[in-house]
Amino acid sequence: MKHTTLNRIGFQLFALLLAFGIASLVLLAVGASPVQIYKDMFGSLGTKGKIADVLVSWAPLLLATAGLLITFAAGLWNIGVEGQITFGAIGTTLVLRLLQNSAMNAGLIIALSIFAGMLAGALWAALAGALKTFGGVNEIFGGLGLNFVATALTIYLVFGPWKRPGTGSMSGTQPFPEQFNLPLFEGLRLSPWALVVAVVGIVFVYFLLQGTYFGLRLKAVGKNFRAAYLLGIPTWQYMMFSFLLCGALSGAAGALQVTAVYHRLIPSISSGYGYLGLMVAMLVNYQAIAAIPVAFFFAALNIGSIQLPIVHKLDSSFSGVLQGLLVLFILLAEGARQRLTPKA
Amino acid sequence: MRTIVTRFAFLALALMLVISACSPAAPAATEPPAVSTAPAEPYVFGLLMVGPYNDHGYSQAHYEAGKYVEEKIGAKMVYIDKVNTADRPGTTPDQLAGDLVAQGAKLVIFSSDDMKDAATAFAKANPNIYVIMGSGDQVWKEAPNYEAIPNLSDIMGRMEYGKMIAGCAAALTTQTGQIGYLGPLINDETRRLAASAYLGAKHCWVAEGKNPADLKFKVTWVGFWFNIPGFTADPTQIVDDFFNSGYDVVMSGIDTTEAMVEAGKFAAEGKSVWAVPYDYEGACEVSPKICLGVPYFNWKPMYLEAITAASQGTFTSSFQWRGPDWSDLNNPDTTSVGFLKGEGLSAENSTKIDAFIADLAGGLNLWTGPIKLQDGSVYLADGVVATDPQVWFLPQLLEGMEGQSAAE
Repeated sequence: MKHTTLNRIGFQLFALLLAFGIASLVLLAVGASPVQIYKDMFGSLGTKGKIADVLVSWAPLLLATAGLLITFAAGLWNIGVEGQITFGAIGTTLVLRLLQNSAMNAGLIIALSIFAGMLAGALWAALAGALKTFGGVNEIFGGLGLNFVATALTIYLVFGPWKRPGTGSMSGTQPFPEQFNLPLFEGLRLSPWALVVAVVGIVFVYFLLQGTYFGLRLKAVGKNFRAAYLLGIPTWQYMMFSFLLCGALSGAAGALQVTAVYHRLIPSISSGYGYLGLMVAMLVNYQAIAAIPVAFFFAALNIGSIQLPIVHKLDSSFSGVLQGLLVLFILLAEGARQRLTPKA
Repeated sequence: MRTIVTRFAFLALALMLVISACSPAAPAATEPPAVSTAPAEPYVFGLLMVGPYNDHGYSQAHYEAGKYVEEKIGAKMVYIDKVNTADRPGTTPDQLAGDLVAQGAKLVIFSSDDMKDAATAFAKANPNIYVIMGSGDQVWKEAPNYEAIPNLSDIMGRMEYGKMIAGCAAALTTQTGQIGYLGPLINDETRRLAASAYLGAKHCWVAEGKNPADLKFKVTWVGFWFNIPGFTADPTQIVDDFFNSGYDVVMSGIDTTEAMVEAGKFAAEGKSVWAVPYDYEGACEVSPKICLGVPYFNWKPMYLEAITAASQGTFTSSFQWRGPDWSDLNNPDTTSVGFLKGEGLSAENSTKIDAFIADLAGGLNLWTGPIKLQDGSVYLADGVVATDPQVWFLPQLLEGMEGQSAAE
């Protein structure tokens, strides 16, 4: 047992080195010094404000990852998570728009709007789930299609019914009045509420998957659909339910994007956290608690990479290269480990 | 057994690669951040651009102005381009401005209208950092959303003149009497600039003894300052549609050069088409032969003034909306907007343009009534000259122009 753990850690460290090594080669190829670049990327994160900025991205990323862990457990590739975040943001914006002129307490309105975002996310996920369960459409294709629909809908709303007075612009809808923003830490862009929602989300998923009968059965569905069915687990209901839960958590991510970050609906409101969340979920291999540091690391890469264009005149998409390489090599290393390690 | 050996050999090789990659490389050809070998620390200012710094358009005009300030007063610019949520997902302009401040910037330029809310928020949250809002109007007392923000100034050139001259060149050149205008997104600024182009076109069309009703002027909006695939309409497609449906001159109102590129292609196929780029003085270089000339922003003098004042501690919040230097439209040190003629403008029309510029310099104001809005309502009665706010906050396109006045 101990031997396997050490063995696994060894392989993963090796994969980490390899990913950074290849990324360094990419940097060398464009004439940059990898050492300097890593130093600038991570060195820039040393201030309170920067850590807060990382946490601003960490919260929605962690929520999307939390949702994906559930669908992964059910053996589903929920690529539609991006659209579920977007639709969640639309739901939140809708409720804020409807209630912003009402006499209701602003805090209550925010809470309702976040709840609406979760509902909307779940609804969008239910579509992908229904397509899969009743239409026989693979969730990858259904989800991808629904992502495009959600983006198109956002653009329609931003340029159409929800446009700013006299203006139609990519920059989004009119920002909501300040009382409808989640309160921030003094002098930072980070809302404590966003952290609370994210932590509650991941802890919920941790207990769901590790400590409940439901989680166990869900994993059974994911590991062997047919066997689970024969054992009497209501398989399609479990799959649908995993979609709903994932959608609700992604919707919460979208709700945070509106209430804590942008304070309005923008066309790219999901900020790619769904796709990034897929990578985090793959890396942590069902371990919900591991998602907390890994998501933080990925968010830190995103924020740190802003230094590349500023200091080195390099494109910040390098962070995406590094993230992709990490996932690739960790998965490869796991495969290699299983093949190279003699079975006990 | 053998496969295991080969696998280990492969892994060892990969490890060597990693080690060699991680060893210190030759000194990179990048400049160290905010550190100078000069005896005095240079004044550092930051620039946020909405598009790429080398877009041959709006963003590049700002970038070159920043370079100019660096040269003139030995200041140092730190910048970040593509500041929009599609290119830099998850970021906000005020967050990126914070990154520039971390690099030592004491003043940050938010150069695009898109960043107005963020500029306001940033200026309020950072009272010790000066903020320039390019094209903004927050601190203009005449603006409906006026706010006193002591560390923020709005800076804009009176591009209305540039657009009028460009519109005139288009009207003098068109053979079909149809001018297409590639609009970015719909707001006060873009409405007044499209309208100014139309006023210039109509003026010169009528001066040729032609009937204004025979001049077609159509605006098609892209949805943003430049193309973002999947999010905006495709400007290339719009320009092609113009040229394929009888329009022979396309004026660009967007940050990038699609109108020029497409006009160049159509001309290469033997079609008689022309284009008028926008924003950046070097924009004609993209397709010189079909370029009628470019109305461009010259941010240099206003940036130099504001940044110099900031570096000396004499910055005061103000709204600046400056016109061309009529004695020399293309003097980089004095003019705020310019017009550089292109090779596509005939010698005869070039003379007419010069006369038109002379008229404008002499006080000709095309924003004089009678001017009706697109819905037919009177905006300026006969002989009434528009006030600055009436021009800045034009609520609709003008009568005679085709295209959306407001987002649907």
